[in-house]
Amino acid sequence: MATPTTDRPASGRHQAAPTRLRDQLVGRRKFLTYLVAGSTLTVATKLGIDAFAPGEATAFPTPSLPQPADIQDLGDVLILAGRPTEGLLFTVEILENGRVRVALPRMEVGQGLTTAVAMLVAEELDLPLDAVDMPLAPARPELMFNQLTGGSNSIRSVYGPVRAAAAAARSRLRGAAADRWGLPADGLRTEGGRVHADDGRSLGYGELTALAARLPMADLVVRAKSPSEFTLVGTSQRRVDAREMVTGSFKYTLDLDIKGATPAMVRRPPTINGTVKKVNNLDKVRAMPGVLDVAVIKTGVAVVAETFGQALDAKDALDVTWGPGPIDDLSDEDIRKELRQATIPFIPPVTLPGQHEFEFDWAFLPHAPMETNSAVADVRDDGADIWAGMKSPIVAQQQIAKELGLPQKSVTCHVVQSGGSFGRRLFWDGPLEAARISQATGRVIKLMWTRTDDMRHGRARPAAHHRYRVTAAAGTVLRMEHHTAFVETDWTHGLGEILTATSAGLPGGNFGFAQTVFLLTVKSPYNFGVVEQILNEVPLNMHTGAWRSVYSVSSRGTEEIVVDELAAMMDQDPYEFRRSFLKSDAQRAVLDKVAEEGDWGRSMDDMCAQGIAFHEEYGSRTAVLVELDASDPEDPRVTKAVIAGDYGLPINPRGLKAQLLGGLTDAISVTLRAGLHIEKGLPLEGSYSHFHYARQKDSPTDVQIFILPGDGEPGGAGELGLPAATGAIANAYARATGKKPRSFPIHFPVDFDPFPR
Amino acid sequence: MPNYTFTVNGREVTVDAPADLPALWALRDKLGVTGPKYGCGIDVCKACTSHIDGKAFNPCVTPVADLEGHDVTTIEGLADGDNLHPVQEAWLEQDVAQCGYCQPGQIMAAVALLRRTKNPTDAEIDEIENVCRCGTYFRIREAIKSAAAKM
Repeated sequence: MATPTTDRPASGRHQAAPTRLRDQLVGRRKFLTYLVAGSTLTVATKLGIDAFAPGEATAFPTPSLPQPADIQDLGDVLILAGRPTEGLLFTVEILENGRVRVALPRMEVGQGLTTAVAMLVAEELDLPLDAVDMPLAPARPELMFNQLTGGSNSIRSVYGPVRAAAAAARSRLRGAAADRWGLPADGLRTEGGRVHADDGRSLGYGELTALAARLPMADLVVRAKSPSEFTLVGTSQRRVDAREMVTGSFKYTLDLDIKGATPAMVRRPPTINGTVKKVNNLDKVRAMPGVLDVAVIKTGVAVVAETFGQALDAKDALDVTWGPGPIDDLSDEDIRKELRQATIPFIPPVTLPGQHEFEFDWAFLPHAPMETNSAVADVRDDGADIWAGMKSPIVAQQQIAKELGLPQKSVTCHVVQSGGSFGRRLFWDGPLEAARISQATGRVIKLMWTRTDDMRHGRARPAAHHRYRVTAAAGTVLRMEHHTAFVETDWTHGLGEILTATSAGLPGGNFGFAQTVFLLTVKSPYNFGVVEQILNEVPLNMHTGAWRSVYSVSSRGTEEIVVDELAAMMDQDPYEFRRSFLKSDAQRAVLDKVAEEGDWGRSMDDMCAQGIAFHEEYGSRTAVLVELDASDPEDPRVTKAVIAGDYGLPINPRGLKAQLLGGLTDAISVTLRAGLHIEKGLPLEGSYSHFHYARQKDSPTDVQIFILPGDGEPGGAGELGLPAATGAIANAYARATGKKPRSFPIHFPVDFDPFPR
Repeated sequence: MPNYTFTVNGREVTVDAPADLPALWALRDKLGVTGPKYGCGIDVCKACTSHIDGKAFNPCVTPVADLEGHDVTTIEGLADGDNLHPVQEAWLEQDVAQCGYCQPGQIMAAVALLRRTKNPTDAEIDEIENVCRCGTYFRIREAIKSAAAKM
């Protein structure tokens, strides 16, 4: 952010702004344009190649040209797509009781958005944080491409628009006070939810709101604060919804008290996307205690009952003849083979002296949020109301309306805060299924998926194969080739509305979307000479989706392993090697921070080691140093983590630390033990006793997280934490055990008896 | 269907339900007590952790018949009116919750642990098996230690 300094007040009805001031006035539209222009420009100027690293390192980097994601990342593209409608994003309501209500057209799933965005509102309005109410907006089709929660893009995309809207409200309130008192607005200040005059008079916002709403203010001057004026933004705040959560009064989808809503569950096929041929004991199940209805739907057989317990029993009692699914013959081994074959070969295919090749495999990974797929649906002849966690509610509304044969405007999609997402709730399969059951049975339906169905028939991060070839000579890296193949990631949510969703659904459309996302997110932060990164995809008819950090967890996580192994080949310390080859001082700052705070290089016991790694994405950067104890090689534990994050301008440091902590735990899980085995068309894992997401015993007892101060615009936060932590853990494991990890998760036996299909 | 009478958060209730109905659904679907959450239904994720006669139990695998004559406390009954339990206070202080879904169970497990031992060691805290998919474990650990210091 550049010039805007003092807040120029709105002139009251009787005080036109002096001409000399007018040139300095920044109207809202210009303000927005300015911010967006500033955002693009900032990204551009942050890039390029800084001078080589200073210091004593003896390896010499070969400068790399900027990659596409350096010039413009996925977040920038989402912001650009949303630009025509960003003026519509926020409506700030000042209530007569002095409270402020601003609906958020993004989804809260635990990432702390309703806290951080409320902070931006409170900052601009000079209000206490607890005076701001921030419900989640329902689907708003007029927003087009601007109501999708993903790509670490929420704060980045709302930072300008929400401040502009709140600053406009503040200007109007001052204008109203100026009018009431007959004073120039210039001399009035705002504090604590009131407008104050120098003579000691003050009026609360609630007392001014009616006047502010009706006063004509053609000369309205809106100037958002510059970061140097922030008093709330940049300070650590606790979550605004925490008290409801710790007292149990917080309402998730299935806790909502919606009149007539009746429990429903679905019996699903024994393989992914299998079909119902025949229900053999329909009458018997209909007669079971508590059962109200049974209906065959596209995805299985739905049971409606008085309680979920009874629905569960009835669902299990169903005897169904199933038709095959599209991947019934496929198991992990076949998929892994296909991925290896689909990875585009290096040219030339022979390995020359000085070239080093590395190959890595990654398993499927379920999102497995604590709250399973769930939704409430009330479908009537003339319309429908749907309640669920929806990160792309506009396209959900469009697709549900299409399926129900209703006009889009007759379907209301209420967005409900969810018990986790990690990318899962970009898809609306739960709400759509609830709508189908409601339409089929004529009842208001409260649909809940079982945990087992959530893991087996939900979505997953696709399995992947990565191949790296690095050409090194005379202490430098001349070239890095990275070819990867993923099972196709489903991008049919598009940019959150039906136009791009439809194009992603066309033949070849999803592949094009995948290429774009890959190019806009995956990049090497190092000066490794000529860098080439190529994605290929293997289309399989199964349920996949973006999982926190999408392509970057495995792409960048494994590149950080390659970096450690290159350092060893060049006889370099992994930290010093990174310092030498990183491109900018900002990158080195986070790395230096963890090396210093984490006492990099300290002596460790046998089978224990440190690991270090770096990652940069969406305008933010992080470094992670972990200590890992592998004295039980089958169950290594990360015992300590030191993390530094640089987000440009941090909005809520405490919230950013929470995101980094979550990223660390995710990385511990996906690197060491957590994944899905696919056997004959179905994941074997059916609950958390099979899917080894970390528990308390796997979590370090010492975690130190540092958020670096900064300015400029805020960078992305939700996904940043994973790739560097993944690399650091794998590197620590390699140093502790002497084994080079090549397949992830590292420990991945089928150490359980799978549930029946 | 048989009737079962027990107390929930100090209030006597009678539920008309099959004997083997898991207590989780008696609480949620019959009594509207929605603090305890479904996460697995097989006593693995522990999101429904509540107390029976002051000790931790998992209503997702406990038949409602087993509640007869007992005192059940869910997350909603932990605070004394507006006065939060010290563990809840510690949770706020450490800003533990992210999505929040597992937190009622985490808090009830922590309270049960602190009833068994006043100053739990790291190894004792490690024994809490409740899954937190947002990965807040370190803050949970800090909150338990902070609550222990104050209690």
